[in-house]
Amino acid sequence: MGEWWTTETSMENYEISSISHVTMSPSRRNNLVSMYSFPLSKSSYSVISAFCTEDNIPQCISYINQELASLGLSSTCIEAISPGGTGLSTVPALNAMYELLQIHRRSMCNLEELEREQLRKSSTLEHIQMSNTRLKDQLELSIREKSGLHETERQLQLKIKTLQSCLKTEKDEVQKLQSVIASRASQYSHDAKRKEREAVKLKERLSQLLIDRKDKKLAIDVLNCLGRADGKRRHWKTTKATSSHEDEMYKSLLSDYEASQRSLMLENAELKKVLQQMKKEMMHILSPRQPSTRGATADDSQEQADLDGEAKGGDASRESLDQYCEHAREQLTNSIRQQWRKLRNHVERLDSQASQAQNQLESNKEVIPRETHEDEMERMRCEVQQCREFIHAQQQLLQQQLNTSFDDETAALLNDCYTLEEKERLKEEWRLFEEQKRNFERERKNFTEAAIRLGREKKAFEEDRASWLKNQFLNMTPFTHRRRYSSSDGQSALSIRSEPEIRMSSVKSQLAKSSTYTTFSTPRPSQSAPVPSTTELYRTLRLIPDSSSSRHSNRGRWPECSNIEDGETLVRPKNRLRSGGMSIFSLGEDENSFT
Amino acid sequence: MKAGLLFFFCLTFLLCCTPQATCVQYRLVVRDVSTLQILQLYTCLDQVSHMEWSSDSLFILCAMYNRGLVQVWSLEQPDWHCKIDEGSIGLVSSRWSPDGRHILNTTEFHLRVTVWSLCTKAVSYIKYPKACQKGIDFSRDGRYMALAERRDCKDYVCVFVCDDWHLLRHFETETQDLAGLEWSPNGCVLAVWDSCLEYMVLLYSLDGRLLSTYSAYEWSLGVKSVSWSPSSQFLAIGSYDEKVRILNHITWKKITQFEHPAIIDNTKATVYKEAEKRPGVGSDEMPLHNITMGATLFNTQSKYEICPLPVQIPVVKPDPDRASPKIGISVLAFSSDSRYLATKNDNMATAVWVWDMQKMSLEAVLEQTSAVRCFQWDPLRPRLALCAGNTKLYLWSPGGCVSVQVPTEGGFQVQSLNWHCSGDSLILLGKEQLCLCYMDTDQEDK
Repeated sequence: MGEWWTTETSMENYEISSISHVTMSPSRRNNLVSMYSFPLSKSSYSVISAFCTEDNIPQCISYINQELASLGLSSTCIEAISPGGTGLSTVPALNAMYELLQIHRRSMCNLEELEREQLRKSSTLEHIQMSNTRLKDQLELSIREKSGLHETERQLQLKIKTLQSCLKTEKDEVQKLQSVIASRASQYSHDAKRKEREAVKLKERLSQLLIDRKDKKLAIDVLNCLGRADGKRRHWKTTKATSSHEDEMYKSLLSDYEASQRSLMLENAELKKVLQQMKKEMMHILSPRQPSTRGATADDSQEQADLDGEAKGGDASRESLDQYCEHAREQLTNSIRQQWRKLRNHVERLDSQASQAQNQLESNKEVIPRETHEDEMERMRCEVQQCREFIHAQQQLLQQQLNTSFDDETAALLNDCYTLEEKERLKEEWRLFEEQKRNFERERKNFTEAAIRLGREKKAFEEDRASWLKNQFLNMTPFTHRRRYSSSDGQSALSIRSEPEIRMSSVKSQLAKSSTYTTFSTPRPSQSAPVPSTTELYRTLRLIPDSSSSRHSNRGRWPECSNIEDGETLVRPKNRLRSGGMSIFSLGEDENSFT
Repeated sequence: MKAGLLFFFCLTFLLCCTPQATCVQYRLVVRDVSTLQILQLYTCLDQVSHMEWSSDSLFILCAMYNRGLVQVWSLEQPDWHCKIDEGSIGLVSSRWSPDGRHILNTTEFHLRVTVWSLCTKAVSYIKYPKACQKGIDFSRDGRYMALAERRDCKDYVCVFVCDDWHLLRHFETETQDLAGLEWSPNGCVLAVWDSCLEYMVLLYSLDGRLLSTYSAYEWSLGVKSVSWSPSSQFLAIGSYDEKVRILNHITWKKITQFEHPAIIDNTKATVYKEAEKRPGVGSDEMPLHNITMGATLFNTQSKYEICPLPVQIPVVKPDPDRASPKIGISVLAFSSDSRYLATKNDNMATAVWVWDMQKMSLEAVLEQTSAVRCFQWDPLRPRLALCAGNTKLYLWSPGGCVSVQVPTEGGFQVQSLNWHCSGDSLILLGKEQLCLCYMDTDQEDK
């Protein structure tokens, strides 16, 4: 028991709910106690054997009764059969035993439950411990990481510091180098100047020396002097000549300036023209719209009026303005500037309006167009997919063709394949053809049978008529009873005759409604097997020469046509002609013949 | 100078007479262009280093820099001769003045420029000429000469009247180290540019006023080449940053810049790529051709193919430690009608770029199999001829592109070329041979 409680207390540390669970009811506590008392007593069975002897039965009984009472089983009291006797009254003893057993079982159940619970608790405990250790590990790891990060940060900071110092030193270096370069440059220029001066001095000296030496070699040796290229004589160097040179120079300069001015004037005039035109166009654009869009400010209108007036004035005095260049330019540029401002405002306003309108539109149409748009997108995607597939197929085909045309070996191989395939197909067709032939054979047989029957019927009819005529003739005779009999006989003959007509009409209506393809599939056992009617005959008659139609039908091409037919009835014979070929053409004939 | 044959060619063909002069060491040979008949034969005193026609095509100047001598020959009077001796001071450059009656000699160390008059035997000196990329330029009408000068470590420009060598203007320029100057074709504006250390282009009026300065950037190697359009409307500046900047003639501001990217994806441009193919021996494609030109059997044929964009142009990375690195726009040439501009970027040596000046966009790129040596526009038509140091001549026109095999035996490699002023013929110069190429007037082909 002590052990139990210790576990419980240890559990208490982890899970309070479990404690509450364990200590939930006093009855259970009691059970626990009793449970514990049992094994104790059981284990001391040998003692029990000593517990009750022949001598102390009453004491034992009383003791047990006491115990039972303490267990709350006071109702059942064990009694001896006879006071002092050894026998026990069985009923209360058994009851007591039963009660005890019940209690025992309950307690065992409880025990089991508790054990299970304990197991669970221990497992959760284990789990929690594990998670605890894991978390501890994690914590440790993160702490380590943190310290590592701290370390790296520290290092980086250190690095930054060193780099900063480096930068500073580099900057210093750069500055130093710049100063060095500057000093070198100045030194170099100074040296260069010095050297140059020296060189100049040397040159002076050299030329002086040369002049002093009176270099004899320095000479020109011309056979006879030449005239000037322009034929003029040489001028004297006079002030007049100098001034004439100056004049010429200025003249040439002047002419150049004049030329450039002329070109500039031309350009200017051109530009002015463009400007004028622009202004006019601007006015043209702006002025007619003013009244309608006049919702702007009064200031605006004032400005516009000013502009208009000015423009008029400008137009009127165009010529004079051209003369007064300065004035005209100013005015022109001013007016242009104003117009431009106007235009800009206008455009801005339009822009804002447009944007507003767009916003509105967007807000209005936000919901609807999205779906349609998506639908459209989906559709387009589908289309694109289809197109892609189509292109792919085409490409493949093209590739095949190219392969066959370019690669001889593969071409041969493919050719073989193709011939094989062709053969296969021909065989198939042959089979179909055979089948058809059989069908035709059967139909012919039917036909002949029908013809025979027809002949027979005709004969019967003739006979009937003869008999009817005879009856008619005999009607005039006094044998009336015989006449009645024969008339009924004539009716039966007539009914036989009318039968094909009825069927024919029914087929007609059928054809008119959906133009069934019974005509195509020549082998129709359901219809042709029973007594072939005249319509059947007609049909077979029509179909016998047309072999291709039946072949087509057998090759399974006609379902496609029937699809068309289902959708649109007799309205489109031409379409059918196109899609179905021969077979359909025959149908058209059928229709014509029947309607 | 190499031993052997040397050729110099007339640069100034005139309409009236169309001779062609060649120099073979001591001898000067004058031939007729159309018939190649020898017209005159002169013998000089020494090996000729430089040769030049006078503007009226009446005289030929032969300079012998080794001896400091200049000899002038007359075509009309073979007996007439003129010899100019610069004496012990030496000679580095000799040229005609535009009137064809004066000779300008630059002495060694650029001590001075000596102007010799053939009319009066007069001599005059111009001191302190600057030794630079292009220190002397004559205006196109031949009236003025601009000369770069260096005095007291400052740059000056002298403008002379070529008539009587009168100093018209003398002004200081705002350059650190002037590298070159060039007159606009109308002769009214002088473009002056600084050395590559500083990007600076200055524009001076004829009377010495500074019209404008232009600098695209600082602290990097600057201007590499400058060219005026024949209409004086544009000034194209090629620089080390692989761009060409176009200035206009009114505000002297940049209109546009043409970049030379390694990957061309401009859909408006056509990229012609030269494709080489070896003629298959025994192939019956053109048996006649093979028979007539046996030599070409061993030469590779080539043709142009239009490349689909984008196209990657091979780029050579220049050595940054070398002076004057092989990068940037080194050659700029406008077509005669100012419609097209051809450029060459040094680190894409195999490509010539043609720009449309009306659309201000790339028109075509010619990608050769070998490095382009030289290109020149037809003086009358928008037609560009180029050579790439191989046996072929390449022609571009707005209609298309063609590669022509030079039909000679042996290894004739076209090093440079020169158009005749009529645009009908073309001289192709090899190392030891020359070839005259006559244009069919109607077709591009020979």
